[in-house]
Amino acid sequence: MCLAIPGKILEIQETGCLRSARVQFGGIIRQVSLDFIPEAGLGDYVMVHVGFAISRIDASEAERTYQLLREMGALEEEAPPAE
Amino acid sequence: MKYLDEYRDHRIAHALADEIAACTTRPWVLMEICGGQTHTIMRYGLDELLPRSVELVHGPGCPVCVTPLETVDKAIALALRPDVILVSYGDMLRVPGSASDLLRAKAQGADVRIAYSPTEAVKIARANPDHKVVFLAIGFETTAPANAMAAWQARREGLTNFSMLVSHVLVPPAIRALMASQINRVQGFIAPGHVCTVMGCREYEGLVRDFRIPIVVGGFEPVDILEAILMLIRQLEAGEARLENQYVRSVSYEGNLPAQQIMAEVFEVADQKWRGIGAIPRSGLRLREEYADYDANLVFDLGELTVNEPAECLSAQVLQGLKKPTDCPAFGMRCTPENPLGAPMVSSEGACAAYYHYRRHSVAS
Repeated sequence: MCLAIPGKILEIQETGCLRSARVQFGGIIRQVSLDFIPEAGLGDYVMVHVGFAISRIDASEAERTYQLLREMGALEEEAPPAE
Repeated sequence: MKYLDEYRDHRIAHALADEIAACTTRPWVLMEICGGQTHTIMRYGLDELLPRSVELVHGPGCPVCVTPLETVDKAIALALRPDVILVSYGDMLRVPGSASDLLRAKAQGADVRIAYSPTEAVKIARANPDHKVVFLAIGFETTAPANAMAAWQARREGLTNFSMLVSHVLVPPAIRALMASQINRVQGFIAPGHVCTVMGCREYEGLVRDFRIPIVVGGFEPVDILEAILMLIRQLEAGEARLENQYVRSVSYEGNLPAQQIMAEVFEVADQKWRGIGAIPRSGLRLREEYADYDANLVFDLGELTVNEPAECLSAQVLQGLKKPTDCPAFGMRCTPENPLGAPMVSSEGACAAYYHYRRHSVAS
């Protein structure tokens, strides 16, 4: 129930005061409400839960964390195999 | 998929597991609150990557599992009325009530519909003015803003045939209740990343301070969970108790303010019963008085119900991390996802279902 998945905003639509977007998740595209993430723009990645975007993924934070993690993984790979 | 695949990288996962093993000198008991995280742990066998001295126990963060039996019974009774269309998240359909479940009610002719989003329930109400549409609005803080939007939208449109049967639960009061228990064994918590995406981190600072326990807000992919465990172990080994955020790509300190605002406009904090656990003060949400016309309890005059759980089901202990699903004599025998005795065997976030899907063969051998 609390699952949220990351998707990319392909197109933004505004009808009256409501703002929604077409969001791509892998091969699937769904209509998603942007009511809670009014600042989201085209090309942004958002976490989507029950049809609502609940956060805009902080790309620089994700990249920084991932780099740190990858360094750990890369070091592991270079280590000699266990006997 | 971007932001998913890289957090499932097995090389990084193994490097994190090695780092955890290198840091651990003593036994520690950690709890992941969210059932989504429990499923990741079981699905990827993360517990088997950890040193034996690090024990993971599973928390009550499965909204379907903790929705009171009384609410399930009320939903079934409403669904069986000829004038009602009952709309629910799919996960609730097989959850056993005291005598039946929503899927069986549907087979008996009840109009039960599955919605992916609460806005679909409003759409169904708009399209069926001759029917009373009831939305079974359950969930934790992650789902509350979306459910609140459904009530807000219905009120704004002046829909008179839409109401909600609300069962909303909150995470921090549940952690407080677990910590206050005499039999608590948990020494560190992985806080639920999507609840905190909505609510931010502030509420957890008080828990860290009051109970001197480390809490790390964690994501849902294998690498996220292992990194959160590493952060907890480092704190515990150093004798520290701090709030840290592993899931920075989605969680900010203050959370999602527009989502919090709509939640506060529609709902207010109230005492709440948790299935299997019992009543926890101020641990739930109910509709505010301004939204009384949208409260199914009042619209249908449902009153109070009290029913008992089947005695054989150990879900109370499982949901509090006191027992593992495999400790239950009924597990995989008299209780399966097809014929569940309790809700944790049904839900895609239930601990019993996680063990059944990913571990039942290793348990049997």
